[in-house]
Amino acid sequence: MKLKDIAHSRTGDKGDIINISVIAFDEKDYPLLLEQVTSTKVKEFLGGTALGEVTRYELPTLAAMNFVVQKALRGGVTRSLRMDKHGKTLSSILLEMTMDTKH
Amino acid sequence: MIKQEKTIRIGSGAGYSGDRIEPAADLIKEGDLDYIVFECLAERTIALAQLQKMQDPTLGYDPLLEDRMKACLPLCVSNSVKLISNMGAANPAAAAKKTAALAKELGLKKIKIAAVYGDDVISMLNFNTQNFLESGDSLSVLEDEIISANAYLGVEGILMALKEGADVILTGRVADPSLFLAPLVHEFGWSLENYPLLGKGTALGHLMECAGQVCGGYFADGAKKKVSNLGNLGFPIAEILEDGSFYITKLKDAGGMVTTATCKEQLLYEVHNPAEYLTPDVIADFSGVSFQELDKDIVKVTGATGKPLTGKLKVSVGYRDGYMADAQISYGGSYALERSRLAIEIIKERLRTKNLVVEDILFDLIGLNSLFKEATSPAIPQEIRLRVAAKTKTREAAVQLLNEVETLYTNGPAAGGGVSKVVTEIIAIQSILINKSKVAPKVEYFKS
Repeated sequence: MKLKDIAHSRTGDKGDIINISVIAFDEKDYPLLLEQVTSTKVKEFLGGTALGEVTRYELPTLAAMNFVVQKALRGGVTRSLRMDKHGKTLSSILLEMTMDTKH
Repeated sequence: MIKQEKTIRIGSGAGYSGDRIEPAADLIKEGDLDYIVFECLAERTIALAQLQKMQDPTLGYDPLLEDRMKACLPLCVSNSVKLISNMGAANPAAAAKKTAALAKELGLKKIKIAAVYGDDVISMLNFNTQNFLESGDSLSVLEDEIISANAYLGVEGILMALKEGADVILTGRVADPSLFLAPLVHEFGWSLENYPLLGKGTALGHLMECAGQVCGGYFADGAKKKVSNLGNLGFPIAEILEDGSFYITKLKDAGGMVTTATCKEQLLYEVHNPAEYLTPDVIADFSGVSFQELDKDIVKVTGATGKPLTGKLKVSVGYRDGYMADAQISYGGSYALERSRLAIEIIKERLRTKNLVVEDILFDLIGLNSLFKEATSPAIPQEIRLRVAAKTKTREAAVQLLNEVETLYTNGPAAGGGVSKVVTEIIAIQSILINKSKVAPKVEYFKS
């Protein structure tokens, strides 16, 4: 199972920082998201692309999480050499994260 | 819906400067609106507009101002809808003057147009004592390169204009949600110290400010997340009660959809800590927001609140930051990837032997690693587009780099094709903070 099977996502940018929301399609999957989509795993997944720290905020009423990623855009939207200066594509890429469904 | 209580209906007419105009016109015509808000100013737009104003003092406002006004202003007049927008960019007075002239041409008489400014704080910068929030550098390092400094204003200037009965309000830099919050404060007489209410109005503004994005724009994934009639995507309407509860909806005939899922994505868009969304008016708290689908395409929003501010305003400082070169060439078929990699080695060697200095350089193999790091075992692509992007101090260095990509035609690997070359001057943005008490919004009126 991949993250895309149970969640949807959108990236926003501010300077060199992006946020990536991860929202459960069905709130019954929210505990699984909380357990498996940790800031450590997101940092590891984005590593090599986004370079900075990852902070996770939880929104239980929305069955959603918000990841804030530092140093994500090679200097920020206005001066980034990246093809995707805003990091907008990273939300869909994160949805390819594999979920551990052994339990 | 409940009709006894006073409700305000606000439409969102643009989510960015280049946004589509037709959905805005439809909303004004059929949305039973009190206000329409056009949010058209990205972080860097105002710096670019400032450059334009330096060349021609009658310019420096949104390039689509005339097109939007021609399509929307007559409809606003015939449907009694007030228009609020930050299309004034670096020159709200010129935008208002231009709009007054256009209104006259269109036969619209006695339209009162307000220009709200005071956001330009470049004369207040203190180069020796202030530091950028992002890099930590002193402003003095970039003193000669700085071209603009605009504070994010809150609702105050727009409130002054509404009180004076303005029909059209054109601002410079105003925080996006404040464009929506101002008419609510005006209509309901909310206190500017009632932070929970300001938080609710800010949540409304934040959900609305990207127009189509809350109506199913930027949402469909082509597989699981389906959005019907995206070709005719509509823009959103918010209807709000005096107690700050509101719902988001759209025109019945418009494409797209308003669901809890589209609202959730938009609520968190460009948000860091959801409990502390900073604006010039309030620290809004979205952490307790919940969405409820009352009916098809009608979503009720409750639970936003807010707390008092810090007394500081964010200022976007625009500065010249050298040049960006972007050159591309395609390789296809047999050994496309090998030839792309060979091309990269050739470019690197030629830059070395030429002593061409670049501040930063990036080699992308589009289709393989331009958006994200390369997969560990990627499929062999049938075609590859090599992109060489570099940051240089001078335009000349950027042009030389572009030419090293172009000359791969006759001096590089076999069968490269479709070269493109672009040089752009980089106008970068960093931020500083300024005391709110130092910044006073000003309003000037023009009549058609």
